[in-house]
Amino acid sequence: MYSFAPLIVLFPLLGFLTNGLFGRKIKSETIVGSIGTAAVAASFVIALLIYIEMLGSAVEERKHIVTVFEWIAAGTFSANVAFQIDQLSILMTLIVTGVGSLIHLYSIGYMHGDAGFWRFFSYLNLFIFAMLTLVLADNYLLMFLGWEGVGLCSYLLIGFWYDRNFEKGTTGDAAKKAFIVNRIGDFGFLLAMFLIFNTFGTLNYEGVFSQAAGFSVGNSLLFWITLLMFVGATGKSAQIPLYVWLPDAMAGPTPVSALIHAATMVTAGIYMVARSSILYALAPGTMEIVAVVGLLTAFFAGTIGLVQNDIKKVLAYSTVSQLGYMFLAVGVGAFSAGLFHVMTHAFFKALLFLGSGAVIHAMHEEQDIQKMGGLQKYMPWTFRTFAIGSFAIAGFPLLSGFFSKDEILWKAFADGAPWMWAIATLAAGVTAFYMFRLVSLTFLGKERFDHHHHHPHEAPRTMLVPLLVLAVLSIIGGYVGIPHVLGGHNYFEEFLEPVFAAANSKMMLPSHDSAALELGLMATSVAIGLLGIFAGWKIYTEKIQVAEATAKRFSGLYTLLWNKYFVDEAYDAVIVNPIKHSSEKFLWKIFDVKVIDNTINYSAKLVEATSGIFRRIQTGVVQSYAIIFVAGILLILGYLSVW
Amino acid sequence: MIPLSHYLLLSAFLFSCGVLGVVVRRNAIVVFMCIEMMLNAVNLSLIAFAQFLGDATGQMLVFFVMVVAAAEAAVGLAIIISLFRNKQTVNIDEINILKW
Repeated sequence: MYSFAPLIVLFPLLGFLTNGLFGRKIKSETIVGSIGTAAVAASFVIALLIYIEMLGSAVEERKHIVTVFEWIAAGTFSANVAFQIDQLSILMTLIVTGVGSLIHLYSIGYMHGDAGFWRFFSYLNLFIFAMLTLVLADNYLLMFLGWEGVGLCSYLLIGFWYDRNFEKGTTGDAAKKAFIVNRIGDFGFLLAMFLIFNTFGTLNYEGVFSQAAGFSVGNSLLFWITLLMFVGATGKSAQIPLYVWLPDAMAGPTPVSALIHAATMVTAGIYMVARSSILYALAPGTMEIVAVVGLLTAFFAGTIGLVQNDIKKVLAYSTVSQLGYMFLAVGVGAFSAGLFHVMTHAFFKALLFLGSGAVIHAMHEEQDIQKMGGLQKYMPWTFRTFAIGSFAIAGFPLLSGFFSKDEILWKAFADGAPWMWAIATLAAGVTAFYMFRLVSLTFLGKERFDHHHHHPHEAPRTMLVPLLVLAVLSIIGGYVGIPHVLGGHNYFEEFLEPVFAAANSKMMLPSHDSAALELGLMATSVAIGLLGIFAGWKIYTEKIQVAEATAKRFSGLYTLLWNKYFVDEAYDAVIVNPIKHSSEKFLWKIFDVKVIDNTINYSAKLVEATSGIFRRIQTGVVQSYAIIFVAGILLILGYLSVW
Repeated sequence: MIPLSHYLLLSAFLFSCGVLGVVVRRNAIVVFMCIEMMLNAVNLSLIAFAQFLGDATGQMLVFFVMVVAAAEAAVGLAIIISLFRNKQTVNIDEINILKW
C-alpha cells in the first residue's frame, strides 16, 4: 500500500490542472466542485488505507521511503522527490486531506454563484498538493518547495476577490502582506538549510538526523540551525514577531481561512519543529526561546481577541493564540502533545471558521458581531455546531480540546516551569471568555440587526454536513489521547513515540509520578476555563453594560487592545516606511538615476569623444596613408636593426 | 668584380627615390611611375643576389615581379582614366571624399 503514496500527492495536482485549465469551460459548478473535492477525498482514502496497514504492522516497519524520481544529483549532493511515510507524516496527511475534503465540500455551497468558482477550486487543490508535499517530503529541500507553495497559494487565495477593498487597502494588499511577511521567515529557513548542508553535507532527514545523534547537547551550530528554522516557523505559523499577516488574511473567503489559516498551513511550522525534534532536543537554548515565544504569543493574541468585533478577526487571533500553545508544547519537549493539539485544533477551529462562514453568508456578508445577535433561532444547527466548537476550544471537560490543551498545560508545568503553566492557564481563561463573548454576541441575546435588510436562514446541506462531521470530531477527537491519570491510555502519544524516540533520549526529561499534582492542576485549569465560559456568556447575553463600563474605565487599555497593541503601526514606522522612503529618495532618485544611468551614459560619451579624435586619421588623401605606411616600415626596420 | 654592396646600395637608393615620389608627387601617373621604379629596384637586388649566390631562384622571382608589375600598371591606368572621366583631374590631392 505504501507504494501508492505518490498518488496522495498526485490527485490534488491533477485536480488543480483539470480545474485550472478546463474549469472555465466546464459550466457546471457541481462538476468543478466535485472534481476538486474528489481529488482530496481520494487522497484521504489512500492515506487512510496506508494508516490501517501501518497499524497492522510492527513498529519497526512503519517507516517507508517511496522515491518518485531523482531530482537533484550534483556531486555529493542529492535530493530526490521522495516521500517519507511514517507515523508523523501520515498523521499530518490524514488531518490535511480529511479536514481539507470537508472544507472542499463546504466550499461548493459557500462559493455558489461566484464568477471565479473554478479558479477557487483549482487554487484549493494546488494548496493541498503543496501542503502534502511539505508533510510527506523526505528532505528539507522538497519540504521547502511545499513550504513556498503553500505560501503562494495563501497569497492567491487571500487575494481571491481581487477587486474588493479590505480595511484600509485592498485584498491584494492583505495578500501581499501575507506573502512578504512569510518570505521574511522563509529567509530564516533558507539560512538554516544552508547551515544544515554545510554541517551535515546533506538535506535528507535520514542523513541529517543520523549524524545529529553524534552531536553533543548545546552545540552552537545546532543552536543557530534550530533558531533560524524557528524564525521560518514564526513566519509560517504566525508567532511573534511575524504573526501580523494572519488577521489581515481574513480578507480571503472563509473556507480559505478555515483550511489554510486554521487547520493546515499554519501548522507547517509545528510540523517542521516536530520533524526536526532531534535537532531541537540538542539545542535547549532554542527550545526555551520556542516555548517562551509560544507562551507570549498565546497570551498576547488572546488579549487582542477579547475586544475585536469582526467575527473572523476574533477567530484569527484565536488561531494565533492556539498556535502559541502548540509551540509552547514543542518548546518544552512535549512534541506529541503539540501535535495532539494540532489535530484537535484543526477540528474545532475549522468548525468555528466554517460556522462563521455560514453566519456571514446568512447575514449577507455582514461580519460585525455588534450587528448580529439572536441568530440561534434562525440557524439552529449552525449554532449547535458552533457552540460545540467553542466548548472544545475553551477546554470544556471531555471534549477534544480539553484533552489536548490539558496535556500541554501539564507538560508546561512539569517539563517547563510553573510560571509558564500559570500564564498558559490564564490565557486559557481568556480564550474561554472571548469565545463565549463571540457566541453570545452572535447567536444569543437581543437581535441587533436590521430585519428589513437581513433575513438570516440556515445553511444549505453541503455546508451543514461538514459542520456536523467536524462537530462530532471535536467531541470524540480527544479520546485517542486520554491521559493516564484519568484512567486512559494515550494511544496518540504511543503511536508517535518512535518518531520522537531519539529526541526524547537526548532530552532526558524527568518522569512524572505525581498524579495528585496533575489532577490538581487539571482541576484548576478546568475551573478557570468554566469561569471564562460563564463570564463570557453571562456578560454578553444579559449584562453588556458591565462590559461597556469596564471598557470605559480602562479606556487606555481598551484602546491598546483594540488597536492590536499598535504593532502594525510600529512595524510601519520602524521598518516599512523607512524602507519605502529610502528606496524612493535614495535608491531610485539618486543611485539609480545619477549613478547607474550616468555610468552608462558617460562611458558612451567617452567612446564618442575618443573616436572623435581618432577618426581624423582618415583624411581621404591617399598620400597621407602612404606616409603612415612608410613611417611604420622605418620603425620596424629600425627596431630590427637595433635588436 | 663589382662587390655586392654596390648593387644593393643602388637598389636601396632607387627604392627610396620611388618611395619619396609616391609620397610627394601630386600627379597620379607620376605616382605610378615611381611605383614602377620601386619594383625595378627590387628586381635589381634580386638579380644581384642571384648572381652572387649562384642560385637561379632570384631570376625566376624577377619574372614574377615583372608580370605583376605589368598587370598592376594596366589596372591602375584604367582606374586613372575612369577617375579623369569623372573628375577631369589627375591631381590626387583633389580625390579625397572618402574621409571622416
